Amino acid sequence: MNWHLQNLTQLQNSLQQGLIDSVGLTSFFLERISQLKHLNAFLDVQPETSMAQARQADLLIREGKGGPLTGIPIAHKDVFVTKVWKSTAGSKILANYTSPFDATVVERLGLDGAGMVSLGKTNMDEFAMGSSNENSAYGPTLNPWNLERVPGGSSGGSAAAVAAGLAPIATGTDTGGSIRQPAAFCGLTGLKPSYGRVSRYGMIAYASSLDQAGPMGKNAKDCSLIMNAIAGHDPKDSSSLEKDNEDYCRHLGKPWLDKNNLVDKPLQGLRIGVPKEYFSDGLDGEVRTAVENALRAFEGLGAVCVDVSLPKTELSIPTYYVLAPAEASSNLSRYDGVRYGHRSADYKNLAQMYERSRAEGFGAEVKRRILIGTYVLSQGYYDAYYLQAQKIRRIIAQDFQNTFLECDVLMGPVAPGVAWKFSEKSSDPVQMYLEDIYTLSPNLAGLPAMSIPCGCSTSKMPIGLQIIGNYFSEARMLQIADYFQQASNWHLQQSPLLAPPASNGEVS
Amino acid sequence: MNTEEIKHLAKLSGLELHPAEIALISEEMSAILFLVGKLQAVDTTGVDPLFHPIALIEELSQPFRIDQVTETDLRDVNMACAPAVHEGLFLVPKVIE
Amino acid sequence: MTQREWEVVIGLETHAQLLTKSKIFSGASIAFGASPNVQACAVDLALPGTLPVLNREVVSHAIRLGLALGSKITPVSVFARKNYFYPDLPKGYQISQMDLPVVVGGSLRIDVNGQEKEVVLTRAHLEEDAGKSLHEDFAGPHGELSSGIDLNRAGTPLLEIVTEPVMRSAAEAVAYAKQLHALVMWLGICDGNMQEGSFRCDANVSVRHQGEIKFGTRCEIKNLNSFKFLEEAIQFEVRRQIELIEDGGIVKQETRLYDPDRGETRSMRSKEDAQDYRYFPDPDLLPVNISKEWIAQIQDLMPPLPAELRGRWQTAYGLSSYDSTLLTQDRETAEFFMELIEKIDQSMVKAAANLMTGDFAFALNRDGLRAWQSPVLPVHLAELLKRLQDGTISNKIAKEIFTLLWERGQKEPLQLEGVVDQVIDQEGLRQISDTGAIELIIDEVLLANTKSVEEYRSGKEKAFNALVGQIMKASKGKANPAQVNALLKQKLTPT
Repeated sequence: MNWHLQNLTQLQNSLQQGLIDSVGLTSFFLERISQLKHLNAFLDVQPETSMAQARQADLLIREGKGGPLTGIPIAHKDVFVTKVWKSTAGSKILANYTSPFDATVVERLGLDGAGMVSLGKTNMDEFAMGSSNENSAYGPTLNPWNLERVPGGSSGGSAAAVAAGLAPIATGTDTGGSIRQPAAFCGLTGLKPSYGRVSRYGMIAYASSLDQAGPMGKNAKDCSLIMNAIAGHDPKDSSSLEKDNEDYCRHLGKPWLDKNNLVDKPLQGLRIGVPKEYFSDGLDGEVRTAVENALRAFEGLGAVCVDVSLPKTELSIPTYYVLAPAEASSNLSRYDGVRYGHRSADYKNLAQMYERSRAEGFGAEVKRRILIGTYVLSQGYYDAYYLQAQKIRRIIAQDFQNTFLECDVLMGPVAPGVAWKFSEKSSDPVQMYLEDIYTLSPNLAGLPAMSIPCGCSTSKMPIGLQIIGNYFSEARMLQIADYFQQASNWHLQQSPLLAPPASNGEVS
Repeated sequence: MNTEEIKHLAKLSGLELHPAEIALISEEMSAILFLVGKLQAVDTTGVDPLFHPIALIEELSQPFRIDQVTETDLRDVNMACAPAVHEGLFLVPKVIE
Repeated sequence: MTQREWEVVIGLETHAQLLTKSKIFSGASIAFGASPNVQACAVDLALPGTLPVLNREVVSHAIRLGLALGSKITPVSVFARKNYFYPDLPKGYQISQMDLPVVVGGSLRIDVNGQEKEVVLTRAHLEEDAGKSLHEDFAGPHGELSSGIDLNRAGTPLLEIVTEPVMRSAAEAVAYAKQLHALVMWLGICDGNMQEGSFRCDANVSVRHQGEIKFGTRCEIKNLNSFKFLEEAIQFEVRRQIELIEDGGIVKQETRLYDPDRGETRSMRSKEDAQDYRYFPDPDLLPVNISKEWIAQIQDLMPPLPAELRGRWQTAYGLSSYDSTLLTQDRETAEFFMELIEKIDQSMVKAAANLMTGDFAFALNRDGLRAWQSPVLPVHLAELLKRLQDGTISNKIAKEIFTLLWERGQKEPLQLEGVVDQVIDQEGLRQISDTGAIELIIDEVLLANTKSVEEYRSGKEKAFNALVGQIMKASKGKANPAQVNALLKQKLTPT
């Protein structure tokens, strides 16, 4: 049975109908993980623990205590701390670190929450700093669509896992595009919620005012189900919003306007803002075409496209690369070899112990960002860099609000191109930073943003469409995405590794 | 950035850099600083910093904890990954004050 | 140049550990004396993924101090990160406050040898305490000489209270420190236990020539945890700086520690010299809104402050400054007194004050007790005073009864009512006020002390007192002294 081709709703039906149980599902995915080890999508797998969880989940289902997600396996980005599984954040400095507690996201999805079974921890760029998963201290993850290409980052492991059918869904985090870009590169649907919507407790911190956790899966509905489980105030996270809980599925299948009864134009009344700065010279022609085709498709569903402007789009890059490293430089100070994590074996005094442990434990990109972060916060530079960036941040956020006077959502590309080949961009850090141009602004503004598959390049790589909504409009964004997915097949495209097995039963 | 500046920055950042690294890092820092230097040109007169993004649309207020002891002694569990421990203390190279 | 031409400039920064059950940003206990690291939870240890959440009581305490000092309470206050590396600082930064501290300004009145002064405060802000380093010689993983780190204290709430550099002598600094110490305990926001580190002072000291407007270079003397050390350290530092300058040297701005054994300050091999803390607002914490309603709530529940009570009592009851100061030395004593005077006639308040500052204070001191531990309660003292007022007993007898009550109360809790009358009856201590009875005793004494009578008649005043003494002795102290005096005089005066 091709359980890896089923979405969450289909899997839950199968479980309910007794076609398979959680133990069967879990062992199925664990087997695939093992067979596709070379993808390096997972950093820690503990089959016994997963199976034990599956048995518990089956008990819940048998007792009628299950919900829409009970018994379904999930993979967690290694940035979420977990009891039992190691948590490294893709770094050597946390090699062999096991947390005494679970991240809130993991708790809410786990047996005491939505009842899902954890398959293990996925690979990522070190401390979430990167856009290709090449910054992982544990080796890169391969893109299931083309093993010579990057899966994107920093949630590359989670993206590859879902795209290769190693897990039906996965969690990721997004600070500057780390859910959306790997989702786009791997043909997945990924959502970064509004800032504060999902708890950051237990998420190894990179940039506190930018980090958000979110789902990466096969379609919008799957993402909605995960959002229902993870969103909501957490008293352990002061920055998590105290808002009423929502049902993120509530708008799925409903027309955009209540009074609409045009079955073939369900999105009548939807105004889609198209920022002209997102279609500049740097944008790859095929990506442009795919995105424009998607916009036409939305028009076909009744939406109207409106030209808007986000003049500070390019400026979002230096703004982000001041703020994120600044916060990171402080957040990563705790990794000093005193209470946990890597301690150097060779030091003569305290200062050396600190400086060597950190130098040995952190990779090059992390060191760069810590240095830049320290610089922009230091005496004499704080006003010109850090404070200035926070002011520009307000201007950027305000610019979005101005566009939302004329439209309901914004759409554009996720990345300037498709997934590149390994090492193509990693020699020049600044080059890599420029690739983030379309995804950084929503993080700066704290807005929700999604990526959904909308095309394929001639190099057979997926292309993603970005949807940016106003604050707390995730349910509406999911509604829009879902309609697109009802009317098109891009999200159903399968990576070669997802394709049904060859007739001899082997996985390709 | 010159070598002295990089060394000072590394010290503040708690990082030991080998002489060989310093040259490369110096170049990279310069490139990054060139990139972020673009912020200088923007006129932000009269604009307040936005430290918390949602503060743009809502008044944010720090939530409180009630003053009560909620944590029990989990010392063994919490210190399980410590590199050097002695009788419940974390050990570090001696600091002379 | 002589020392008289120099002016000393002192500012104090005091760290008061706030009296709460749990830490400022986590739910771990702050109780003193626990085994290492059993009160250091995941948040305190800065385990990956942990985040701070603010303890409401900590802010309430800050508001209390602000109100008591007449400060401004900042309506929107912000926490900032102070970044530096040290093993007792788990996150590699301390959560403190920079630009928007919770309390701004205010002042505290001090009294130095009769001179009153208003010490102006700059600010008071909230922050978390660091852990402790034990510098015993442990052996590290490679045998290296190691210190042990105990993070129980990490995250303990602190209020850092900063004065303007307005003190001009060690005596003023100590007077301020003592006054502040008494105030924070009075308000119930700090237990003031200096041995346990609940109240620590840093002194910023500089010197300049009299009349100079510019400040001299200052040195900071850190972590002085006794008033004695505070005084000694400042005095030493002042001498050191003056000598240095007079010898042609320059004072270097630095942090120093006081060595009480040697009686001198010395430069710290500093973790903090020339440090760039890279303060920025902590993104994990939101701005703290302190509403007018919250402040008003706290204001309503504030106890009257010592200065207020002193003023009140001096005006209403004519108490002396000395007595009223003793009665407001701490909240328990003041509350004891307030409870006492509620139960007695206004005319007896002075007597009550005398009793409390006299025999009562003596007994507490002698037995090492605090007012709230007294075996004798306000209700007992009130009864005693009433019996004194209505003439049932004399002053001297009252003192005897007090002693008896105290002794009894230490063996077994005294019953609440009627115990004074019980003692009076049991011990037969009722004052003799019957004129006839007194006259009988006087007559007997006069007959037995003819020598004294003659001496008195020949002009020796002292003989009168001797006779009074004999009469009191003969009456076992129970004769009404005023009547004895009057009647004796009568009898000795030739008609």
